[in-house]
Amino acid sequence: MNPVPSSVRCHVVTGKGGTGKTTVAAALALALAADGRQVLLVETEGRQGIAQLFDTPPLPYEERRVAVARGGGEVKALAIDVEEALLEYLEMFYNLRRAGRALRRVGAVDFATTIAPGLRDVLLTGKVKEAVTRRHDGRPVYDAVVVDAPPTGRITRFLNVTGEMAGLTRSGPIKTQSDGVMAVLKSPQTAVHLVTLLEDMPVQETADAIAELTAAGLPVGSVVVNMAAEPALPEPALARAAETGLTGADLAPGLAAAGLQDVAGLAGALAAEATEHARRWAAQDELRDEVEALGRPTVELPLLPGPIDLGALFELAGRLEQHLRTEVGRADGDGSPSARNERGAERPAGASGGAA
Amino acid sequence: MTQTTERTRRHPRPPAPAAPEALPLELAELITDPDTRIVVCCGAGGVGKTTTSAALALAAAEAGRTVVVLTIDPARRLAQSLGLGELDNEPRRVDVPGARGELHAMMLDMKRTFDDIVVAHSTPERAQQIFENPFYQTLSSSFAGTQEYMAMEKLGQLRAGDRWDLIIVDTPPSRSALDFLDAPNRMSRFLDGTMIRLLTAPSRTGFKIASASFMFFSRIISKILGGQLLRDISSFVAALDTMFGGFRERATATYELLRRPGTWFLVVATPEPDALREASYFVDRLSAEQMPLAGLVLNRTHPPTTTALSATRAEGAAEEVLEAGGADAELAAGALRVHAERMAQATREQHLADRFTSAHPEVAVRTVPAVAGDVHDLDGLRGMADALTGPDGDTPTGVPRRRILPARRR
Repeated sequence: MNPVPSSVRCHVVTGKGGTGKTTVAAALALALAADGRQVLLVETEGRQGIAQLFDTPPLPYEERRVAVARGGGEVKALAIDVEEALLEYLEMFYNLRRAGRALRRVGAVDFATTIAPGLRDVLLTGKVKEAVTRRHDGRPVYDAVVVDAPPTGRITRFLNVTGEMAGLTRSGPIKTQSDGVMAVLKSPQTAVHLVTLLEDMPVQETADAIAELTAAGLPVGSVVVNMAAEPALPEPALARAAETGLTGADLAPGLAAAGLQDVAGLAGALAAEATEHARRWAAQDELRDEVEALGRPTVELPLLPGPIDLGALFELAGRLEQHLRTEVGRADGDGSPSARNERGAERPAGASGGAA
Repeated sequence: MTQTTERTRRHPRPPAPAAPEALPLELAELITDPDTRIVVCCGAGGVGKTTTSAALALAAAEAGRTVVVLTIDPARRLAQSLGLGELDNEPRRVDVPGARGELHAMMLDMKRTFDDIVVAHSTPERAQQIFENPFYQTLSSSFAGTQEYMAMEKLGQLRAGDRWDLIIVDTPPSRSALDFLDAPNRMSRFLDGTMIRLLTAPSRTGFKIASASFMFFSRIISKILGGQLLRDISSFVAALDTMFGGFRERATATYELLRRPGTWFLVVATPEPDALREASYFVDRLSAEQMPLAGLVLNRTHPPTTTALSATRAEGAAEEVLEAGGADAELAAGALRVHAERMAQATREQHLADRFTSAHPEVAVRTVPAVAGDVHDLDGLRGMADALTGPDGDTPTGVPRRRILPARRR
């Protein structure tokens, strides 16, 4: 079988709050790690959601293995600490680590990230860029980097660091740094995936975010519809129930055949619940059409019963892997690889994300 | 096996302690009480704070009060139905047919609110100078905490005008509900802080006593951020300084407003672990700050229409119906499965609610059932208002509104 290399190595996952973007980011990291690949999962919001998902102690500011995937693949996780990232940066460029610690004690680091809110984002995205471009022995250390990014409302500002910093600093090393970050984030190596639910607000925010990202020249990837439920009613009845509603009389014969007595208006109550279910389903279907109209590759992840544990993550990862495989096939088929794509191709083909 | 059973029989386990019962939350009393002047709706993002605020405001207006609801970031269709198509940062009357009182609604424009403060406290030339400052432009539009600070500021303005009987405030969609309380202070501390003064006014006397380490610090900051930024901040702070008596005082004043009698906090959450955890933090914080908590609104619950059939029995019945066959067997089996799912979900939700009540037995609770589709018009809001303000015990299923499932009989 011919492994299909994907040009995308930096996967940014965003979504409205409550849509499960951390879960999707974790599952995506597992999917990309299949077949012996190395993946880094990055947390940017400092809430230790990744540690919770993988049931590990809170992550320090260092790359720690959190899961092993098929064929010896590895997912490492990193929770970025903005202060640590700034100190690292000071050391790297000015050899100022000790002085940096002193600054931290007087609250100067906090101060610096406060006067320039964009600085925080530059440091976070800077770390992402560093991981994406890090090389060892002539080949990338990570086959893919997955970022659990801020929510849709802030994603464009978060990624568009140059724009954000431009108003504040027109010169200086931060400016240079943010230009370098932008070069990676705007390249075809990057894809911003949006997680949504089949609910009004998340779908609307997804549409808004796609428009904003596109306007900012940032590459939009797939739309992930999370927690999609299956209807419990048979297909023809579903449509009828949504339109005209069910009554107890619709259910009574079936219930009676199984010897269920219609005590205390049971049939009527069941009909009311079934009608609500059908209406919810109809509303979801409309939103599914809206998602489709966004014109992005779309994948649905099922609503899993019970809490999300490692097993559940692997189940979701399986779905995402399938999606990535079809997407990679399609991207290759339409012949749109660009200059940076070719740079990706100089590596051993099997080393990049996607399917084998 | 037998032995174990016998032992169990001889030493029966003591009955499990009954799950704690939440106190009922009677919001109708709260919003119609003339002494209630401010209700602040808090909670994690995405739990329905805006809709809850708007529904409560509608209910209060229908009960005869002159209400204004300050929304932060309403969904587009809800905003339209409230006549909030325009962002003019002023309350607008919403036409509510048959209401005895008045409903006004406004959407916060944080930049505009900030601009207004500047204009109100300075000369036109000074104001212009500030508006043109690049640092001010960033500060007023994207500074972390500006939205919270400006929401507080606007609340202070609305309260000072005495035009309103009741102000209902929605809080910004930050990650943490606590940001609403923390951000204004953080921001004023920053703008008022010694650090910024030392850093930005090297010619002042304060600088003379500053140590060499500060010069070093200043050098690093300008190294990282570029000298231009420091010059911008410097001129901005200088302009502000002569203009009005310090950000900190202003923030403290609005913060104190939240502690005055007549102000109530309402924590909104959905029956999900994360949202309830946030609600828990917030409840603890309010109690530490001695701010009055009205209760918890548990939004988007899924109470079943009947509790006569448990999830397990409904699933078993679905199989029996299919085995018996017949014309509408599939439909009846489907409806039974819908019910089984619903019971299971309601059980999970009640369990989470019970856990919250175990930790906070003093917090009154009101559940609000989810509706199919989103609330985006006055009728939808009215439906939610009824669920919010109806008497606790008055429901079609007889389950009190502080619960999702009936209390288990023991």
